[in-house]
Parts: sequence; structure tokens; C-alpha cells
Amino acid sequence: MTAIQIKHVEKSYKSLKALGGVSLSIEEGEFFGLLGPNGAGKTTLISTIAGLIRPDAGSVAIHGHDVITDFRAARGKLGVVPQELVFDPFFTVRETLRLQSGYFGLKNNDKWIDQVMGELDLTNKADVNMRALSGGMKRRVLVAQALVHKPPVIVLDEPTAGVDVELRQTLWKFIARLNREGHTVVLTTHYLEEAQAMCQRVAMLKGGKVVALDTMSALIRRISGSQLIVHLAGGELPEGLRHLVSHDEHDGVPGKGGGNTYSLRVNDYSEVEPILARLREAGAVIDEMQLQQADLEDIFLQIMDKGTV
Amino acid sequence: MSFISVGFQTLLYKETLRFWKVATQTVAAPVLTAMLYLLIFGHVLEGRVNMLPGVSYTAFLIPGLVMMSVLQNAFANSSSSLIQSKITGNLVFILLPPLSHWEIIAAYVLASVVRGLAVGFGVFIVTVWFTELSFVAPLWIVVFAVLGAAILGTMGLIAGIWAEKFDQLAAFQNFLIMPATFLSGVFYSIKSLPPFWQAVSHFNPFFYMIDGFRHGFFGQSDISPWTSLAIVSVFFAVLAAIAINLLKRGYNLRH
Repeated sequence: MTAIQIKHVEKSYKSLKALGGVSLSIEEGEFFGLLGPNGAGKTTLISTIAGLIRPDAGSVAIHGHDVITDFRAARGKLGVVPQELVFDPFFTVRETLRLQSGYFGLKNNDKWIDQVMGELDLTNKADVNMRALSGGMKRRVLVAQALVHKPPVIVLDEPTAGVDVELRQTLWKFIARLNREGHTVVLTTHYLEEAQAMCQRVAMLKGGKVVALDTMSALIRRISGSQLIVHLAGGELPEGLRHLVSHDEHDGVPGKGGGNTYSLRVNDYSEVEPILARLREAGAVIDEMQLQQADLEDIFLQIMDKGTV
Repeated sequence: MSFISVGFQTLLYKETLRFWKVATQTVAAPVLTAMLYLLIFGHVLEGRVNMLPGVSYTAFLIPGLVMMSVLQNAFANSSSSLIQSKITGNLVFILLPPLSHWEIIAAYVLASVVRGLAVGFGVFIVTVWFTELSFVAPLWIVVFAVLGAAILGTMGLIAGIWAEKFDQLAAFQNFLIMPATFLSGVFYSIKSLPPFWQAVSHFNPFFYMIDGFRHGFFGQSDISPWTSLAIVSVFFAVLAAIAINLLKRGYNLRH
């Protein structure tokens, strides 16, 4: 079943086109990453999904419920952690979570509230006023607020911006568990290593348009491949391998104690052994070798540089 | 069903708890202000003016002050809550859940009624000792107090939705609500005004709220309480329609 269906969504602010016809389909149970530089339209898209922004054209549906015409059903299935660190200064943590439960139609939700507070290390802050919390603690409460109604779709808009390592680990552990239990998770983040570690599929936005949409593994494979870096103590790189040499700082660079370092493009591990065999046949002596996999950051920069794939 | 939904109950509870947590500022302070009005105006004008036959000025003034406090505080509750939430950004906690437009408007307006009546009751309790008051038609007192508070609560909701900054809301309050309440017969009977200003007063809906409310105490008013009720009810219906329309359109809330 489709968790979030986004069809041809457009949104402009005066002359600025924030979203230029975005279409996406996120399946139930996916951990989906929405990436892009500042101003790419990520938050506008998330706000449209949450019903905080009304698109000029197109539609968004959560579990088949349109976010405008059937907004009550759609919002009931959605939990959103906003990017801004917002809080209501009148209430304690527990009051805040009870109120949020009530807005979603849940009375006597303390059992789950206690569990969520426990998972996010908020239990000892339950009766503390929101004003007295640190930024990191306020961020935890925002996450807890989004989860009070156990939404099948969880949207996290840069949930780890400006927070410490401990919260990141706590948060990802909890979110990963919810995802394993069947919750769909949509994440925007500028920490690409987080997206790479967590997301199964990724959409990259640039200038309000989707410029890449694929599974994480396919994206990494398709765009860049890996690099086999070899340092030859003796012998030359055979002619038959020269087409694999990538033009970066390693190519033919003299190494320590003589010899040259080459960086060769490989698509997967199975291509490594034939390369080594060719080197051995050519009498080359390898004294140092490293397989460097492309990461999401390489791909992100490549895509943002090219604009599309 | 939606009027007794958990969402509505929770938002009503939150809006009520919000002002109750700062009751010194939201309840005690306006009660003190009203008492100062009574002490000063009552002392200066008692025995010098006769607004209603057989009714002392202090007795005439008390219902006016009670109603003025009800109206101003009902307005303050919904408007200040909304503008604070908008400016601090925590309005998303109301906008993200599946609350209907009716649930939102009913909760904000009812919480305003609660605060308005709480302050009005407080003003009544501290001022009633200064003179002897009669209660000729208590039902009118309740009807106009509740309806007046609901109207001002709705106006506060509209102002809170419309305003994007605190000073816009302050302008709404200072240039519209405050003059309309002061010029509605809180301190005088419009019969004591020149004919032109009497006619102008009839275009002020606040006049009908206070006149009808005062009728409940003395059985006397500038115009029939039934006429006041009809005018005030129509006014409320128009404001409620505007508020619901703004909420449905997401005006200044959902961009």
C-alpha cells in the first residue's frame, strides 16, 4: 500500500517557485530520505504533506486520504517532527504529551506516553516545564509529540539538527525500531551519513524538483561506483586496465619508497579479483591496496553539481 | 458528535488551563482594574448623576463594569493565545492534528467564555459589597454574559488569525475593542447623550450586550432586551461565519 502519494505538486511564493511539479510515491514500511541543499523545497514539501501549506497545483494523499479534502483521516495517520524548535511555555513535558494525545482523539494515553518518554530519555523531565529544558531535550519532546498517536507515517524534518550524539543515537534506535514494526518513515537531513545508514530509498530535490529518486544501493552503484586504490611497488599498470583509471589525485602518483598509486573504478567486489589477476600477470607488485566505496555525499555532490541524473 | 470529541475537549482544556496557570495576570489583574474604576467613578459621580430611575450610580455602574470585564477578557483570551502560538510557532501543534474547524472555533470561543465569566464573576464579587444590587431577571444576566463573551471570544479568534504581529493585535484591541466597550454605556445610559450620539450608539453592538445585561439586574434598559438579544445573536452568527470561513481557508494559518 502507498503510504504517501505526491502528484505533480507545485507551490510558488510570489516569483519564487518552491516546488515545481513534484511527484513521489512512498510505500508503506519504507524508510525514505528526502535530501537536498537549503532552499531545495524539502520543508515546503513536508509542510504540504502535513497540510500546513496548500499547494497551488497537484495533490498529496496519506494512506489514500487527500490532505485537503479528507484532512482529518490524513492527519490522523501522520506524525510530523517540525524543523523549528517550537514548544508551548505554559506546560510541562507530560502535559504537552497528554494534550497532543488528546488532539488526536486519545484519552488515557499515559502508558504509551511513558513508553515514548522512556525511549527518548525524557522520563526524569516529565514534570519539568518546557521552558526549563535544553535545546536537545526540547527536540526530544518534539519527537515524542509526533509519536503520541502511534502514527503509521512518521515525517522527521531535520530531527538531529544541532543535537548531541547521544540524542542522535537514541533517536535513530527508536525510529529504526518503529520502522521495523511497520511505520513508514520520511526523513530530511543534512547529515548524509545518517540518511545513508537509515534510508532504503532516497529522493534528492534541487530547485523544487526531484533530480534523483532511487534505492540507496542503486543510487550509490549507478552514480559513482567504488574505487580500488593500489600502490604498485614494482611493475607498471597493464594497458588493459588503464581505461579503469579514474582521474583523481591518486592516478600515477609516486608512492612512498618509489612506485605509483592508481585509483581504479570498480562496480562491485566481483571485479576486484580479475584486476588483481591482470596485475599479477603483468608482473606488478602490489604493496598497498584499499577499496574505497562511494558514499552518499559523493553522489549528492555529483547530482547537485550536474542538476540531474 | 464533533462537539464532544476528545480533540475539542482537549483544546478547550488546554485553552482554559493556559489562562488559569497565569491567573494573577489573566483574572486577578482585570478584577483589580474594574474595582479601581468603581472606586474612582463611583466616588466622583455618586449622587451627582441619575442614569436609571431609583438606581444609584454605583449600582448602575457595577453591571457595566462586570460586562466590560467579561467582554475584554474574552477577547484577550482567544486573541492572545492565537497570536502567541503563531509567533512562537507552537500553533503547529493545533494545525497538525485532525481537529475540525468547528472543534477549533468552539474550543477557543468556549475557553474565552470561561475566562470572561471568571473575570466577570470576580469583578462582581469584589464590587457587590459597595451597594445594594437587585436581580430582577437573572436569566438575562446569564444570557447576555455568555453571548457577549462568546462574541468577543470569536472576535479575538478572528483578530488572532488576522494579526501577524503583536502590534497589529494591539491596534485591533486599542482602536476597536476598547472604544467600542467604553462607548457602549458602561459608565452612562445612552439616554444621557445628545440625540446624534444616541443614534451612533445604536450602531455599536457592544451597547446591546451591556444594555441587555443591565436589564437583568434592574428590569430597566434603554431598549427592549428581546431586541438586544436579536441584534446580538445576529452579530454572533455573522462573526462565527467569518471565523469558520477564515479557518476553512486556512487564512494566515496554512500558507
